[in-house]
Amino acid sequence: MTQSYYEASARERLAAVLDPSSFQEILPPSARVMSPHLRQLDTPAAFDDGIIVGEGRLDGQPVLAAAQEGGFMGGAVGEVHGAKLVGLLERALDTRPTAVLLLVESGGVRLHEANAGLIAVSEVMRAVLAVRGAGIPVIVLDGGQFGCFGGMGIVARLCDTVIISEEGRLGLSGPEVIETTCGVEEFDSRDRALVWRTVGGKHRTLLGEAGELVADATAAFRAAAIRALALTPDLSLEALEREHAALGQRIERFGECHDAVDIWRALGVEDPERLPLLEAADFNTVTAGKRA
Amino acid sequence: METLKFEYRGGRPCNPAQASALAGVVGSGNLEILVEQEPLNGACAVEVVTAAVGFGAIWQAVLDDFFARHPLADVRISINDVGATPAVVSLRLDQAVNAFLGGTA
Repeated sequence: MTQSYYEASARERLAAVLDPSSFQEILPPSARVMSPHLRQLDTPAAFDDGIIVGEGRLDGQPVLAAAQEGGFMGGAVGEVHGAKLVGLLERALDTRPTAVLLLVESGGVRLHEANAGLIAVSEVMRAVLAVRGAGIPVIVLDGGQFGCFGGMGIVARLCDTVIISEEGRLGLSGPEVIETTCGVEEFDSRDRALVWRTVGGKHRTLLGEAGELVADATAAFRAAAIRALALTPDLSLEALEREHAALGQRIERFGECHDAVDIWRALGVEDPERLPLLEAADFNTVTAGKRA
Repeated sequence: METLKFEYRGGRPCNPAQASALAGVVGSGNLEILVEQEPLNGACAVEVVTAAVGFGAIWQAVLDDFFARHPLADVRISINDVGATPAVVSLRLDQAVNAFLGGTA
């Protein structure tokens, strides 16, 4: 039976994505490195502060890996949570693994410890860029129930590639935040079809923000992560300027579009209305060569 | 928030497959349970940190049942709870102990 990535816990995802029994956790729950803030706020804390970090193997290659647990405060980044992620990334500069895998699932900064969380996220961003600059790819896997938003949405886009399922979502402000600030006419966060086709994995892949769309299965994420180990990212200034130019053209190309479907049509996808119904493999066939 | 402590005696020494095991997640209606081997003069010590205040008697009953099923000695059980129901607590306790002793979680 295939194991759903969406339904799995962070620990189950790590066990399924990495080589069997290869994962060695750093600061495991028994170390009790917990948030100092939540207890003061009379709020339940987790032994691992909602993130698992450690080292293991992927297809025999040494990798570092982190997994955020959405079930604990929506995977939100607090001070300890962020420090564990930064520490893992900095460890990569010393141990030089083949890649760093980030199994993200996060609503962004943990509001209970907002200032510490914001600083932590900025430190994560800096650390991601340092690891990439050292020639070690940072690979994001996004397929959890809470998606990847806020500061972690930015972190994901700073990495070398994002592997995503349709259920995985990626963005800055989440649907509820947009509705609250701009009104239901702007974005109806209860319209699940609208939410998925706007922030879901298929749209993110077509816009070029995610590198590969996979089915919601831990085995599919593992296979795509193994493929991503072979990536040789172009970090030259020319490549960066090309990407900036392409991002700048998005508003010209798609500024008149009112819905993701309009963008898919503009990209040359035939019958774009059917895209949300397609399995990942069919979606990838239909949309090959038609990404922004 | 409330912290509850329990201690059970008369358990049997166990031979765990791993020094510690975790089950569950700190989420609404759920809890996480950490089971660790520790020399406690034969005791099984349980500490519950729970968001639901005033349910000490129910915790006592659930943990009495648990200890009757799994009379463990020299084991520390640490729980972070966000209002899990007694059935969920029993399930997670069994999952954690199974993982600890080497069965499947």
